[in-house]
Amino acid sequence: MAITNFKETQSFETIMNGLWRDHPIFSMVLGICSALAVSNKLENAIAMGAGVIFVMVSTATLISLLRSLIPRRVRMITYMVMIASFVIIVDLFLQAFFPNISTALGPYVGLIITNCIIMGRAEAFSSHNGLGQSILDALSNGIAYTYTLASVAIIREVLGFGTLLGYKVTPESWTNWVVMAMAPGAFFVVAVIIWISRTAAGMESE
Amino acid sequence: MLASLLMVFIAAILTHNIALTYLLGMCPFISLSKSLRTASGMGVAVVFVVTLTAVINWPIYNLILVPTGTELIYYIVFIIVIAATVQLVEMLMERFFPVLQVAFGIFLPLITVNCMVLAVSLFLVIRDYSYLTSIVFAFGSAVGWIVAIVIVAAINEKLKLIGDIPAGMKGPGIIFVITGTLALAFLGFTGVANI
Repeated sequence: MAITNFKETQSFETIMNGLWRDHPIFSMVLGICSALAVSNKLENAIAMGAGVIFVMVSTATLISLLRSLIPRRVRMITYMVMIASFVIIVDLFLQAFFPNISTALGPYVGLIITNCIIMGRAEAFSSHNGLGQSILDALSNGIAYTYTLASVAIIREVLGFGTLLGYKVTPESWTNWVVMAMAPGAFFVVAVIIWISRTAAGMESE
Repeated sequence: MLASLLMVFIAAILTHNIALTYLLGMCPFISLSKSLRTASGMGVAVVFVVTLTAVINWPIYNLILVPTGTELIYYIVFIIVIAATVQLVEMLMERFFPVLQVAFGIFLPLITVNCMVLAVSLFLVIRDYSYLTSIVFAFGSAVGWIVAIVIVAAINEKLKLIGDIPAGMKGPGIIFVITGTLALAFLGFTGVANI
């Protein structure tokens, strides 16, 4: 009973839109750069996803609270500065506690700033919605981004390195698909995932 | 000196192509490579802005942020410089070159969120380039990006006419496949130049 009621609330709408219907990567093709670049190993993908979720939720909170105070003309640059500040926190945190991952991600941590998903959600949702809904929206979009990244990374790490999170999962006779660990592999895996998800959703391209 | 500059330039275009090796600038890459016209328009705007921001960001980082010990905030400084440059270029163009403004006016605001502009500035810092090398590297990277997007857009236009693409693969899907194939082809340049 409680579930049917929950299905009709706005929160459910927000979560479902973020997680599946308006999936940031497959249907809108946003935030692709980092999705391709850091998805060669699962641990990098998870670290990146966690960073993006943190930045998205923090900026959504801040923007939603300050939305009536930010003048419309300078809103973009204001959002940029907020996002950049939170990215610095993520960068320092990774450097201090996970130096290996920090080196592996390199400049891509800084590039969370220009991840269009964050800016897109800030502009399209947090700038004119209440605090609770904005956080939910940021959280569900961030989780959608992370699970996509993780699924690409699982395919690429298993095929490209024969490992998963650093543990050997393939048989001894396994030959690594070197191309999967490199840039072209990223394109092909994402292309196939987009193909499958668009066909499954019966989505029409423009 | 000249030889090493040339090496950086060639490496930035062929072996370390910013779009095909580092997978940067992909959002506009995927959405704009549907037609050759928009692809080349965006490409020219990118070359202009990337080079200009590298020219501005290098002195700001090395002459202001490093001496004052405030390297930590370089993300914020860079992104503001990029946004301001784009705005300024747009205003100047409107005032002095209205024809150009019409030609790539709509692409300019989009550049602020093109991650390769910020990425090039970050690479300058990480790799500790000299001023001249930085400018050459930035210009080369942008040229590499334009080369990649124009090739992909051209293939895509042809493919739309003669290809029989599965429904779910149309649009972004096929562009990823083309770009992946191109990236594979560019792997053939490995060893031509090194950074």
